Parts: sequence; C-alpha cells; structure tokens
Amino acid sequence: MKLIFELSKPGRGNQVLTPYYSPLASREPEIPEADIPAAFQRKQAPRLPEVSENDLSRHYNLLARRSFGVCDGFYPLGSCTMKYNPKINEVIANLFKFTDIHPLQPKHTTPGCQTVYALAEKYLCGITGMDAMTFQPAAGAHGEFTGILLIKAYHASRGDAGRKTIIVPDSAHGTNPATAAMCGYNVRSIASTPDGMVDLDALRAAVGPDTAGLMLTNPNTIGKIDKNILEITQIIHDAGGLCYYDGANLNAVMGVARPGDMGFDVCHLNLHKTFSTPHGGGGPGSGAVGCKDILKPFLPASALGETASPQSIGQVKNFYGNFLVVLRAVAYLMTLGNSGVREAAQTAVLNANYMKQKMEQAGYVCAYPGICMHEFVLDLAKLKKETGVSALDVAKSMLDHGIHPPTMYFPLIVHEALMFEPTETESREVIDEVCEVMAGILKTAYENPDACHTAPHDTVIGRPDETKAARNPVVRYQFDA
Amino acid sequence: MSSYLCSTSDERQAMLAELGMKSMDDLFVDVPEEVMIKGPLNLPNPKSELEIRRTMESLADQNVRFRTILRGAGAERHYIPAAVTRITSNEIFVTAYTPYQAEVSQGILQSIFEYQTMICELTGMDVSNASVYDGGTAAAEAAAMCRDRKRSKILVSETSHPDVIGVIKTYCFGSNTEVVMVPAKDGVTDLDALKSLLADDSACFYVQQPNFFGMLEDCGALGEAVHAAGAKFVMGVNPATLGVLKSPRDYGADVAVGEAQPLGLPLSWGGPYLGFMACTTAMMRKLPGRIVGETTDDKGERAFVLTMQAREQHIRREKASSNICSNQALCALTASVYLAEMGPRGLAEVGQQSYSKAHYLANELCKIEGIKLVHSGEFFHEFVTTLPDSYRVLNALELKGILGGLPVKDGVLWCVTEFCTKADLDEAVAIIKEAYGK
Amino acid sequence: MNFPSDLLYAKSHEWVRKEGGTYVIGLSDFAQDELGDIVFVNLPQEGDSVTMGEAFSDVESVKAVSDVLSPVSGTVVAVNEELMDDPAKVNADCYGAWFIKVENVTEEEELLDAAAYEAHCAAEKE
Repeated sequence: MKLIFELSKPGRGNQVLTPYYSPLASREPEIPEADIPAAFQRKQAPRLPEVSENDLSRHYNLLARRSFGVCDGFYPLGSCTMKYNPKINEVIANLFKFTDIHPLQPKHTTPGCQTVYALAEKYLCGITGMDAMTFQPAAGAHGEFTGILLIKAYHASRGDAGRKTIIVPDSAHGTNPATAAMCGYNVRSIASTPDGMVDLDALRAAVGPDTAGLMLTNPNTIGKIDKNILEITQIIHDAGGLCYYDGANLNAVMGVARPGDMGFDVCHLNLHKTFSTPHGGGGPGSGAVGCKDILKPFLPASALGETASPQSIGQVKNFYGNFLVVLRAVAYLMTLGNSGVREAAQTAVLNANYMKQKMEQAGYVCAYPGICMHEFVLDLAKLKKETGVSALDVAKSMLDHGIHPPTMYFPLIVHEALMFEPTETESREVIDEVCEVMAGILKTAYENPDACHTAPHDTVIGRPDETKAARNPVVRYQFDA
Repeated sequence: MSSYLCSTSDERQAMLAELGMKSMDDLFVDVPEEVMIKGPLNLPNPKSELEIRRTMESLADQNVRFRTILRGAGAERHYIPAAVTRITSNEIFVTAYTPYQAEVSQGILQSIFEYQTMICELTGMDVSNASVYDGGTAAAEAAAMCRDRKRSKILVSETSHPDVIGVIKTYCFGSNTEVVMVPAKDGVTDLDALKSLLADDSACFYVQQPNFFGMLEDCGALGEAVHAAGAKFVMGVNPATLGVLKSPRDYGADVAVGEAQPLGLPLSWGGPYLGFMACTTAMMRKLPGRIVGETTDDKGERAFVLTMQAREQHIRREKASSNICSNQALCALTASVYLAEMGPRGLAEVGQQSYSKAHYLANELCKIEGIKLVHSGEFFHEFVTTLPDSYRVLNALELKGILGGLPVKDGVLWCVTEFCTKADLDEAVAIIKEAYGK
Repeated sequence: MNFPSDLLYAKSHEWVRKEGGTYVIGLSDFAQDELGDIVFVNLPQEGDSVTMGEAFSDVESVKAVSDVLSPVSGTVVAVNEELMDDPAKVNADCYGAWFIKVENVTEEEELLDAAAYEAHCAAEKE
C-alpha cells in the first residue's frame, strides 16, 4: 500500500481552523496578524502530507486492517498479559471532564482527578501489600528505573556508599539489567537452577557488603512461583540490600498473594498488562510503583505541580504520569471488586494449565514440568533437531491461522522457547481450537517442514529481510527517491 | 459479577477436573502458605457497568473544565480535529501490541514509519525514534546520548521547563552524572555564562525554543558556542511552532527533542503525552527506543520492521544505553493523524494564530496599569507579565470559567493558542480590569 | 572453514597478524559463521587503549550482540572504518576485514596457531 506521503497532492487539505489570516478569508481578521521576526522564521515548510479527510480516513482504516489487535483474535504473548480491554474504560477515559483538565489547574478544581489517584493507590497498595504508590512512571521499565532509584536514594540517605551491585537472575527480562545499569549499578547475574528457580547457594555466594538489592519477577519468567521466595528476600535483607519486585507477572497472583508479604520492599505494576488498559501498539502504559514505608520519603514529585519531600529522588516524568491509563485501571478494579480480582488470577492460571496440558497431549514439550502459573514455556529444541523447524517457524505458521504468536526466544535460558500466556479472558473453546491448530502445525513440521520454513503464506507480506533493514537503515520516507 | 471472563464457573470446574484438580486452590499449591492472602482485599464489592459509569461520571463532574485556558507551561489546549479522535480510537490501533510480528503488524509499523518521517520533517533531523514517554524524559535520554568517558557533564539552561530540568536531574542522579545549570539573563540563556561554563568535559547543552518563559532564544549563537567547545547541542522544541519557526537543524542541533502533546493530544491532567526524539545520522546508533525501518519481504515487496534492535535492552541488557521498552505509540499515531489532517498550511496557521493572539493579549494586558512584560526580548505564544494582586485576579478569572496564567517567580506566565477567540481574550481582559476596579 | 596458517588466533575467536610491532586484529571465520549476518560493528577510536581480555568492539547481528575481545594490551593506531558502512564485509571476507591495528603492545595472551585453533573450534562445536 501507499505511504501517506505518496497520497499527498499540493493544495489539498482540510480547513480545520477559522481562516483567520488567510487571504481566502472574506472578512477582516479579528485580531491583526503579528509578524514573526524574520530571524526566527522558517524558510521551508515541513513536507507534511496534503490530503483530503476522506483519503486520510481510508488510509488509516487500511493501516488498521493490516494490524492485529486483541479484538482480532487470540494473543497469547507470554509476559505481556494481552487480556481483553473493556469498552467502558475507553468511554470513561474520553469524558471531557477528565481529558480537558490542565495539569496545572488549581488543586481545588481537580478533586475528581486526585480521587482517581487516591483510589488507585488504595486499591493497588491492597493488592501488592505496599504502603505508598506513585503513578509518575509511564511504563514498566520506567517504573523499574524509579524503583531502583528509590533503593539508591535509600542507601545514600544512610551514608551507605559501598552498595554498588544489583543482583539479577539470568532468566530476567532485559529491562532489569538495563535498569540497574541506568541507575549506575553493576549487574551481577546469577544462574537459575535446572528447574528455573533462583539458586539459593549462588545467591548466598553473590551477596555481600556491595549488594544494593535484588530484582526479581515472581512468578518468574518461566511461569513458576519461586517456593523459596521468603528465604530469597531474607538473604538479601540480611546482607543489607532491598528487594525489587518486577510486576510483569502479577496477573497470576493478584488477589492470591502479595509482593509485600513475600518480603519485597518496592515493586512496579504494569497497568497495561495486569489491569487491562490497552497496549496501543506499544504504549502508552503506566508503570505505577509501590513501596514500603521505609522508601516513601524518596518517592518522586512534580517540580511544578506538587510539593516534594526533601528526600525525594525528584521526578521521573513531567507532571503526574499517564493519568488516563490509571483512570482506566481504576474503572477496571472497581468492576472486578474484591472477588473479581482473585477470580481473574485464578482463571488466568487455570487457562494456562489447561492449555499447557492440551499442548503436551498434542506432542509439544514443556521446558519445565508441573503446574505452571499464568504462562508456560515450550521448548522446541527436539522439534528443531528432528525436523529443522524452529520456534520462529512455528510462530510464523500460527499467523496463517489468525493466531498471534506467543513470545519467542524468551526467556534466554531456553533456546527454542515459545512462551504462552492465554490470560483469563479466553474461553475453553478458543483454547481448544488453538491447540488443534498447534497440533496441525506440529504434524506439518514433520511431514512438510518447508511449509513451516516459508510461513506465513496468507499475510499481507511474507517474512521481511531484517538483515537488510539493519545493515542499511531506511528510517524515513525519501521524498526525492 | 463480571471479571470479563469468558467461561462460566461450571466450565471452569470441568477444566479443573480435566487437570485432575478439585478447586482453584490446587493450582496454587506452589505458593508458600505464609504469603497467601487470608482476608479480603482493600477493594469494594464488584460493580455493574452502569454503576461504574455513574461513579466515574460523578468523579469527573467534580473537576472544573475551563471554558477558556490561558495557561500552558508544558501542556497546551489546542484544537483537536474530529478526525484525529475518531481515527485513533479504532479498536485495532488501541488494542494491538508492539509490532514484533511484522507480517501481521504492517499497519502499525507503517504508521510509525510515517510518524518518524513527519518528526524528521518538523525538526529537520535525519532520524527519529518511535517515541518516548514525554518531553522531559526525551530531554533526559538525549543528554544520555551525548555522554561518553571524556565528556560527562550535562549543561542545562535555567530557562528550561522546571519539570524537564527535574527529570534530567533525576536521570543524572541515576547515572552519577553532573548537571550544570546555565543562568538566564532577561528571560533568555546568558550566552557569556554559557561560554564560560563550557569545558573539555561538557557533553552537551540543552535549551528550549521557545523557552519556559515563552521567549525566543538566540539558538544560532548558543549552538555555535556549544560546538566551538566540542559539545553536542540538544534542543527542546514545541512542535506546534515548527510550521513557522526555524527547525533545530537550522540551528545546527545534534539532537532535537520535545513534548508533542500540542499535536492533537488532550490535556488529560498531564498524561499520556508524547516525547519525540530525533538526531543526525552520525548519532543514529545512540538513539534509544524503537525505530522502524523499511526493507523488503521474501517476494521483494516493500515491508516495514523494527530495526537496529541490537541497541535495545532486550538484546544488549546491562549494556543498553536506555531501558525503554513500552513507549507512547498510540500518542505518536495521534500526532501523525493530526499532522496529516492539518497539513503544512494548517500547522503554520496554528503557529501564526497562536503567535498573533498571544501578542494581542500581551498588548491588551499591558494597557492595564500595573501590568507589564517582565522580559524585553521576542516571545512566541507564552509570556510573563507582572500581575499585582495575582491571587485575587486569577480567582476572578476562575469564577468566570477562565484559567488564567500560571504564577511563576517573576509574575504570571500566560499562554494563548489558536483555540482562543478575540472574544475570549477580550472577556479575560475585561474581568482583570474589573478586578482592579477599572 | 578457513584458518590461514600465517595468522595466530585467540580462544575467543579473534585472529592476529603481526606486522613488525603492529598487531592487526579481526574476527575468525568460525566467529562470523556462528554470529550469522553481521549488521553493525562498533569500533573504538584511534588513540584509545585496549586491554588484553577485555572488549574493544562489539558486533551486532539482527537479534544478538557479541563482544570482541582484545588479545593484547596496547594503543589503537588504526581503525577499519569501512566496516561501519559495510559490516557485511566481516561475513564475506573475515580475514580482509580487519578491525583495529594495535601498537605499543605491553602484553599479549597465549595465541594459537591455525591447527591448534581449528581443534579448539571443533571442540567448542561439540
């Protein structure tokens, strides 16, 4: 299809504003046009598209049809929690008395917005077992950054300058080590046990007077809860470090168990995963951060809009965070209520175990046996060895069946990994159908592996040449080409 | 009540039975007993959609929605065309994930490619990323791009937005980087002070155009001084002005960043907004976040993919320069639809009207005794005036549904956009006169 | 797989050619094959010092990034900037596509000859 720039024709466009200074205006301008001093004026107009609104509408509708949303089908991306995004939350997030409120209005003119944050803090502290919360972080990684800075500020406030290392298991999301490095810490990676858990001996060997803290996802990235969690957090605390909970997988245990009770001092939540706010093709999210009382004095605050504690780390974002995202999450939490939150987590875990069993029955190999939490990892090493068909080939084959592939090649400790997270908002029939499709793909892999190597066949493009894109980056439209 | 589950409790019971389990508790046997929640959560009872709607609408009704807004300071009420709101609320755009699976994500990928192109056109830069959280984080990430072993200090103009300064300082607290504030003189950066502060260890200098006080900085001279010292020149710009104002490239910027909320995004009490980042080809590999590139598929057709991913955290881990993963994709889409709907003439009109109307208001205000401009240079669509008894005057405006300027150190910072009519501005001026008893 | 006999090799898969006091360093055929299509090469600058056993460069493929370790300690006197524009050369001609030239070498690790290195690669492949 064409790019919007290729639809552009000089002179086309839409009169959105009142033609205020245009020579086309048949009336005198209301306010005299003031001359922008020549020294600051642009010589050449930006080459923005010149299109009619009808062309614009059709262009974006075509783009939407060439995309895949939760509304299009099963979306089992592991660690991403692609659950259904309720419509009522969208309606509420479009109310003018939320959307048309200036962040620097006097406080007494925004009690509704403030109540939304107060409710969000109350509900989410209850779910996480934390004492206070900030909504300034705009995404999960941003929440990690904020949380680790709280730990840094805590140690600094005690004059404990020698703590320079953050411990991260080798199964962690890449954001964890990247975050620790951004916060000026050395990263110490510790190996997992063969069953994917934190190796307690390795952990004991890793801690010391330089330990600032630990970053951990629980359930972890293979979809298992760490049975030794209390011992793990105790080891860190005994060494004088603090424990950070990565909330990416909270959907498995919300309403069931709380990070605060597991010994974590600070956590982030992905409101765009666990609390149903939509992903928007990559964002905006919200990475709310909760902490125990000992870290509360260090929470961020906006320079312009709020009064910060003298020990605050400052601010991590302008104003107060992605308000409309938090608003949606509050509406969701109110809908689910006390019983619904737990029920959602239970069903997410049930669906994952049900699907895992079906996949095993279909002949797939799970990387880790036993009960899983909200997600499970397939290990396709055997398939690859026997047929040459890789995890990538299987994922691409799924596309021809209208199913979004699971997370591929993560966690890194499983080499041919496919990680499925069906979420609670899928029915048994959908899971059954998907498992049937997966059984069919497995059969094809053995009978006609080439069909898998060349998949997908029914999508708007075939496999793109990623090497070419990276070697010779073309990252904007070339008007002269 | 609903948890948006698809299955009935009977169906769930049947699924449990197939797993050889009796109750949901059997699924959680690995969770240590000590951490299991015993009592109820801190949540109310479940609510119906109707109840939610009423509850949330009544919360919304507690907020005051101003008829006229004369306050900016990093969040501006511009007109949002209907096409922008309608097109971007498409359920597919709203609910899609990050476009990791290119074959079923060409639409999202192409929209980002188009966004990147538009940002490059506005800023004059070569490369744009797919967005970051907001203008503050964009500035902080830009500073990180410029830092290396030899050049480690970040210089920031005091005329920048206080929140942006705050975010830069917080990021630099993280990376143990020193921030040096460059003082202002008459509302703009003090060029001589900048020259004396620049040194061999300066990584970059950050300045905003227009700056926090609405003033137009002499960015040509600032950029020259920065480059003469071997540092990088980072500019924060308001994209709504770039239909008429010189681009960062025109001033020789190495990195251009900014807050793109003015491009079709509602005020939303501060977020979600949109941080954009663009740079020269020479700095492309240091640009954080996702970038979409053009390539071909296995049939030779044009295709788009996320590219240069080895820069990012999921591959480079602790060696990545940024941890960013989720960004503000839907906001970037919104900005693109806005720019395409407005076109080059529409955007120029936004800039020209904002400029003219702000100058009209400034003129009218300064006719009132006791009110005068605090700074003497050129301003764009924001400006600082003295405002005696400002609390009472702003309150008088508020009672009539007008959000007046923001109280700042030396007076009140006003902002006018194309949204306001002459009648709106005349009304505000009349109320202020009345408040002074004139 | 090609292992020219006039070169020496590090166990971490860099090759070294000694030209008088100058050490020319690149990536071996085994390394480029394992990495797959290389899409970008990060290089140090002339005048930088390199340390034996530490990374002086990294190479990116589409989905991975790998450090390139220096077999010697010394000063970088030349950098093959051509690789920045054409990283595919590392795949196409890995022994022509040198990365850096190092002088003032103060220490060097125990390097393998072609036969020993070939055996080392075979063992690693197991």
